[in-house]
Amino acid sequence: MKAGSNLEKVLAAGHFAVTAECGPPRGADPEQVRKKTPFLKGFIDACNVTDNQTSVVRMSSLAGSMILAENGIEPLMQMVTRDRNRIALQSDVLGASALGVRNLLCLSGDHQTFGDDPEAKNVHDIDSIQLLDLVRMMRDEGKFPSGKELKGAPKLFLGCAVNPFADPYDIRVPRLALKVAAGADFVQTQCIYNIDKFERYMEDIRQRGLHEKVAVLAGVTPLKSAGMAKFMKRNVAGMDIPDEVIKRISSVGKKEQPQLGIDMCIELIERLKGVEGVRGVHVMAIEWEEKVEQIVSKAGLLPRP
Amino acid sequence: MIVGNAKPLAEILQMIEPHQKIILAGCHGCVTVCRAGGEKEVQILASALRLAREAVKNPLEIREVSLERQCDPEYLETMRPYAGDYQAVVSIGCGAGVQFLAEHFAALPIYPGINTNFIGVTERQGEWAERCQACGDCMLHLTGGICPIARCSKSILHGPCGGSVDGHCEIDKDVPCGWQLIVDRLRALNMMDSYEKLRPMKSWRTSRDGGPRRIVREDLTR
Repeated sequence: MKAGSNLEKVLAAGHFAVTAECGPPRGADPEQVRKKTPFLKGFIDACNVTDNQTSVVRMSSLAGSMILAENGIEPLMQMVTRDRNRIALQSDVLGASALGVRNLLCLSGDHQTFGDDPEAKNVHDIDSIQLLDLVRMMRDEGKFPSGKELKGAPKLFLGCAVNPFADPYDIRVPRLALKVAAGADFVQTQCIYNIDKFERYMEDIRQRGLHEKVAVLAGVTPLKSAGMAKFMKRNVAGMDIPDEVIKRISSVGKKEQPQLGIDMCIELIERLKGVEGVRGVHVMAIEWEEKVEQIVSKAGLLPRP
Repeated sequence: MIVGNAKPLAEILQMIEPHQKIILAGCHGCVTVCRAGGEKEVQILASALRLAREAVKNPLEIREVSLERQCDPEYLETMRPYAGDYQAVVSIGCGAGVQFLAEHFAALPIYPGINTNFIGVTERQGEWAERCQACGDCMLHLTGGICPIARCSKSILHGPCGGSVDGHCEIDKDVPCGWQLIVDRLRALNMMDSYEKLRPMKSWRTSRDGGPRRIVREDLTR
């Protein structure tokens, strides 16, 4: 065990892992986090806590992680390189581990132009791959990048994110190889709607044997409506939603669309379970946490180990 | 070259409001090439300022000058004989020029008439684009001659990120993805084998982050 997190144990035991996502609130009220926990507790192995996603200021991912932990959910803390230089990143890695966080997802973060503070300085002292390498070094070698010894190495199961649907496609698997070389133990993917393309991606991963080095957790997001699908296709960079998916969710009335979206998500998970190298799913039910249980349960993934 | 562009006229008028006699100083260097601060721009801006001030019955006397370079002391000093006759200087040189004027003419207020934007190139007539961030530790030999620091919106050293679509950056469809350009070049140069090399964290000491920079060439200072 590298960090001894629940997620690491679940994967090591060969179970099909389930993670979900929880965006901290836009305020200091811890209740906003707590009230989501009954929808998640017992249904997932770990829960991502986003780090100011889309560059919109929210409660810090560390604070959100601690509130989840207090309520019996294992946090998977996200950390972006957009806002902090290497000094702050190292410090927060140490702090998170000291407080009991055992999973860390290393990201570069959405550019600040998307958020409420487009005037903010963009830091990017190091990139997400260098952050993986940095934390892996701190954890496994017990050293700072300066070479100085750590008094207590951080214990973190390290993850990264990939978008198999971004361009250019032919560097997507080599770039994952870079992340694995840097220290990624697991990877969560961008939301999958184009399953055919994702299967091709997994084939390329298997060809390089990467699926044996890194646990791939396939990302899924249930569609709430045809409108949401169209909006994401149009506005989210690298979001690949095939026309037949939009056609299908549009085939029923507005009232029935949420349930169809959930059913489609469950079908997708069923198919992902059969893809060699996929070791779990990452259910990103955006502001729809109350549906996680239904999705995980109907996909045959309950009870959790 | 260093690329700049004009400040709004209203902003300049506000700066010089208390003055009646000013020098408007252009520069024959970079800002002439990017059409922001050369002789011609001095004439145009001077006319615009005079007209605006006449309109409010507060006439402005302007001495129009264009220095060979505002970043070299010898050319700045050509202003010395008459500088004392004026109340202020508006420089439409780059930020370096404006500051060097301020250093050399301690008693005169110096105002910037342009914004200094970036080190870049003329992509086509009337269109300039950034190419260099002056990080002080060039790595262009590793990236096919395209700079990830200047051309990637996140300056990442292992790109492209997941926001690259159809060759453009997630921040704007008009911004080319720097890493798509790098990958295209590496492929064309048969250098893709270097793509999977893990790059160490960059040292920013040679960049602005290490504090204001200076180069001393002993062979030339002696």
